[in-house]
Amino acid sequence: MVNIMINNKKVTVPEGITILQAAKLSHINIPNLCYLKDMNEIGACRVCAIEVLGTERLITACNNIIEDGMVIYTNTPKVREARKVNVELILSQHDATCTTCVRSGNCQLQTIANDLGITQTQYKEEMPFAKWNMDFPLIRNYEKCIKCMRCVQICDKVQDLKVWDVSNTGSRTNVDVSHNRVIEESDCSLCGQCITHCPVGALRERDDTDKVFEALADKDKITVVQIAPAVRAAWGESLGLKSEFATIRRLATALRIMGFNYIFDTNFSADLTIMEEGSEFIERLKHRETSVLPMFTSCCPGWIRFIKTQYPDMLDHLSTAKSPQQMFGAIAKTYYAEILNVDPSKIFVVSIMPCVAKKYEAGVNVMNDAGAGQDVDVVLTTREVERMIRSENINVVELVQEELDAPLGTGSGAAVIFGATGGVMEAALRSAYFLVTGENPSPDAFKDVRGNEGWREATFDLAGTQLKIAVASGLGNTRRLMEAIRKGEAQYDFVEIMTCPGGCAGGGGQPIWNGIEMAYNRGEVLYGLDEISDIRFSHENPSVLKCYDKYLQKPLSHTSHKLLHTDHKQWELYTKKGE
Amino acid sequence: MSRLSIITKDRAQATVEDMYKDLERRITASPPGLCPIDLTSSFLKMAHAQTCGKCVPCRIGLGQLQNLLEDVLDGRGKLETIDLIEKTARSIYNSADCAIGYEAAHMVLKGIEGFRDDYMEHILRGRCNFGIYQSVPCVSLCPADVDIPGYIALISEGRYEDAIALIMKDNPMPATCAYVCEHPCEVRCRRNMIDDSINIRGLKRFAVDNANFIPLPDRAPLTGKRVAVIGAGPSGLSAAYYLSLMGHHVELFEKRDHLGGMLRYGIPSYRLARETLDKEIETMLSFDVKIHKGINIGKDISIVDVRNKFDAVYIAIGAQIDKKIGIIGEEGEGVVSAVDILRDYGDEKYHDFNGKNILVLGGGNVAIDVARTAIRSGANKADIVYRRRKADMPAMKEEVEAAVAEGCEIYELSLPLSIERNEEGKVNGLIVKPQIVGSMDNGRPATRDAKELPINIPCDMVVIAIGQGIESKDFEKDGIPVRRGVIDALASAGVVDIPGVFAGGDCISGPATVIQAIAAGKVAAANIDNYLGFHHVIETPVKVPDPRLSDRVPCGRVTMKERPADERVHDFLLSELGMSLQEANQESKRCLRCDHFGFGVFKGGRIERW
Repeated sequence: MVNIMINNKKVTVPEGITILQAAKLSHINIPNLCYLKDMNEIGACRVCAIEVLGTERLITACNNIIEDGMVIYTNTPKVREARKVNVELILSQHDATCTTCVRSGNCQLQTIANDLGITQTQYKEEMPFAKWNMDFPLIRNYEKCIKCMRCVQICDKVQDLKVWDVSNTGSRTNVDVSHNRVIEESDCSLCGQCITHCPVGALRERDDTDKVFEALADKDKITVVQIAPAVRAAWGESLGLKSEFATIRRLATALRIMGFNYIFDTNFSADLTIMEEGSEFIERLKHRETSVLPMFTSCCPGWIRFIKTQYPDMLDHLSTAKSPQQMFGAIAKTYYAEILNVDPSKIFVVSIMPCVAKKYEAGVNVMNDAGAGQDVDVVLTTREVERMIRSENINVVELVQEELDAPLGTGSGAAVIFGATGGVMEAALRSAYFLVTGENPSPDAFKDVRGNEGWREATFDLAGTQLKIAVASGLGNTRRLMEAIRKGEAQYDFVEIMTCPGGCAGGGGQPIWNGIEMAYNRGEVLYGLDEISDIRFSHENPSVLKCYDKYLQKPLSHTSHKLLHTDHKQWELYTKKGE
Repeated sequence: MSRLSIITKDRAQATVEDMYKDLERRITASPPGLCPIDLTSSFLKMAHAQTCGKCVPCRIGLGQLQNLLEDVLDGRGKLETIDLIEKTARSIYNSADCAIGYEAAHMVLKGIEGFRDDYMEHILRGRCNFGIYQSVPCVSLCPADVDIPGYIALISEGRYEDAIALIMKDNPMPATCAYVCEHPCEVRCRRNMIDDSINIRGLKRFAVDNANFIPLPDRAPLTGKRVAVIGAGPSGLSAAYYLSLMGHHVELFEKRDHLGGMLRYGIPSYRLARETLDKEIETMLSFDVKIHKGINIGKDISIVDVRNKFDAVYIAIGAQIDKKIGIIGEEGEGVVSAVDILRDYGDEKYHDFNGKNILVLGGGNVAIDVARTAIRSGANKADIVYRRRKADMPAMKEEVEAAVAEGCEIYELSLPLSIERNEEGKVNGLIVKPQIVGSMDNGRPATRDAKELPINIPCDMVVIAIGQGIESKDFEKDGIPVRRGVIDALASAGVVDIPGVFAGGDCISGPATVIQAIAAGKVAAANIDNYLGFHHVIETPVKVPDPRLSDRVPCGRVTMKERPADERVHDFLLSELGMSLQEANQESKRCLRCDHFGFGVFKGGRIERW
């Protein structure tokens, strides 16, 4: 412990911590902008500069360590002047048209400028010049970027894809796609972690809300919406709702108010995924000698993009099962069209996802197996849905709970945990156990796959066969796992990968909290929902069973293969619009 | 009004003069990787401020050139913009009245030639080909990537053993480099922006001189792989150290009777004490390196045989053979090569130059070394004859100064024509043709004949020190590719088209510096390790202290002192004196810690392992 003095207050704090941490422990706030704990402690914005007695120049609080006896002032004339000038300088190169910015109200720069009482700036505006492909699911606005470098750090340190880098030099230093590439040529997984860690509106998803409003207004369209598991744990956050209040049934009500014809649940197709993927896994296990193992899960399009660019030789390890989103789309435009007895091309499938890569997935060149255009027409992120709710002036606090529609609105507890790291594995193991033994395990038998570590492994006994499984989330962890498999240092039968740390709960399409990682809290919500579900097993979902009975026959049937499976080798990483 | 008056500087002018000096130092400390077009534009702005305003091309043209460059930089340029820039610059160059205008335009024209690619990249893609990827100036200029801010911080805390351990992660020869490194790290030191670069080598020497026993890192488990290293100079020794640390079995083949290569057979002991060198080599060979002395690979054993007996081979034979100057009288008694003399000293065979009048031909470090050696061995005179100016000598400035202080005369601008001999064939003079400095050639001036008669400089011995070559013939015969006399190796040290054979150091580059040779050994060790199917990580548990947060107030640089010349010329003991504790403390605290303050805290500040 060391003794320091902050703003004339004597405090004792642990040795080796930063000035910023010490101030926080002393309940003193120091404004900061580029800082992201453990990730970006580079003192780039200079907003957290403070004065230390005996030192002429100011010192940044975020990345300098306290010294014993240090006397710190966080609000001197020198500090105030520098802090304000620095924010004004940032504003001179920031397109501060907050009125049209998706981050208005949730913007670090806006908050700091407001807090400092900046009412006008003294500097000439100078916006950088660069072009971006506005059709791409991920959008960078150079005029809003404040060069905090957080996106660079997240992509380097967490996702290990190094898509972003500093570009150009001197006064024209910018942040752009690394190695002078354009984004379409980069290895971007579209995880969206750069978006959720951007302090301002420089990074966002492509906004597709207008397409949805158009479809809702089109009398010839039957609008069908699916809600991904992780969305129900987060959609109310930015609307000021508590998670207990912001249930999926209240979201369903809001969507109905907006005008959607049918409100369904991706949990339905998550259960379908388990049936297909689980059966495929058991087939692979049965023919251990000839089949490719470990089998990798295939629900996550960020992961598909990652493996296609980083480990293209290992594509055969992927389960051929489509993701729940795409299974849903294919079923909605075939089986469900038959139920409604309508022309499938009238059905407009919208999905609400915690994810940016899902926008890519829906548009993949071969994702049209129902024969009625794209199987999924539009993908909205959780954030876009929240914006639609606000633009429709829906009074969220008064929402009542309504049921989802049948039959595609039914899902199991096993499906709901798809939204958390380890959830797909746990759901698959529950049903695989049943498929092999004919008996249900305890629903909590495979709880060991849960956890916060980025790469976990476990061994289970499946009717006498020892199954070695692994779960990874975050692409940096994924790369380590893949290298270990390649080098023969790790051997598994089944591996679940989710691109975002903590899984879809921490997805790049989820609400943004500055400096707070929400994945594990949201994951806990999902595990709670599983626990209170009446159905805990995918193979007990009555709608799924009925779908097999009436339409698909059985898992891995001919129809299943046509609609629910895919050859990932055929997936193009980028298809130009109109091609 | 007085008819004449004395001009005194007013305060504004004095301040501007100061700013010129600041700017000079700032340019010295420019980080590598800046956008050359941006720099050109910035320099143009300064040039434009210098214009007197009389003439059109300079007064208006330099400004318009800036506008065009800014267009390119701001993404408003088209390919035709390059043509317009070129045309404008050409016309300014051709028609400006004075150098303020035409030299500024010349700079732009040079740029269009030198980095046209970057103009294109800016215009076509709005991007620059350059970027500051090397964020810590000293580290980026050290061929071996030594963690310089790290060890200076450790020295400032009195942790000399940790400082050495940190250095050894990247450079296993801290002691040798403490005495003889050419310290490229100091050139662009950011401290230049305040006052002067840090005396990095001097600080390292202080750590080396004051460190107690430094435990070596633990050797990795034995791999069973066998690597042959040919040549026990700094490059071969460095490769042997890292490879053996990684757990490989290393055998070191050395042609001569002692280890060290040019560190022993080139550098005199008054610059690098033999005991220091021997101790360092002993440390480097701690991990059971098997030594074969007196074995000449290529003659005694063929390289093919070596390759067959080992899993990998590193060739680090250096550049050991002398070059002839090719003038009349060169053959015969009284004319010797510097390489031969220094080699004898390496084997402890001291010459007796008592009473001799010696002329050394050459301007590099070897010429200086041999002259200073001769003085120490009793020569009456050991003077240097160099065809260019003293200022153009490639030898280190401090070495030249030391030699002059020891009585060495430098005959500059003197082109050797012939060596004169008396009837008995004994050397009695050197005929030189006086030169004058001439036009610029690749950044340094060439010479041209002075309209004067040749001069005879009396002497009784001539030493040739005009560079060294590589004994590559025996290797070439056995299939090792050789290009222009040097072994043809890639940046990975891999020999072109021969898997498992690596080469590095002077034998692939021609004579260069100790630290370059060490770096090549490190690169070879890493790539040989990978070639053998491993990826051993070299790191150190030493933790670098957090930077001090106090202001960096301007303070001069501690320079190294030497023993008095009239004392040191009588022995071969170290000539240079180390820093005092007081000096080392002050000097180490001048470090700006670019690993933490500046870009280094974001990227490239510290390479913790390799």
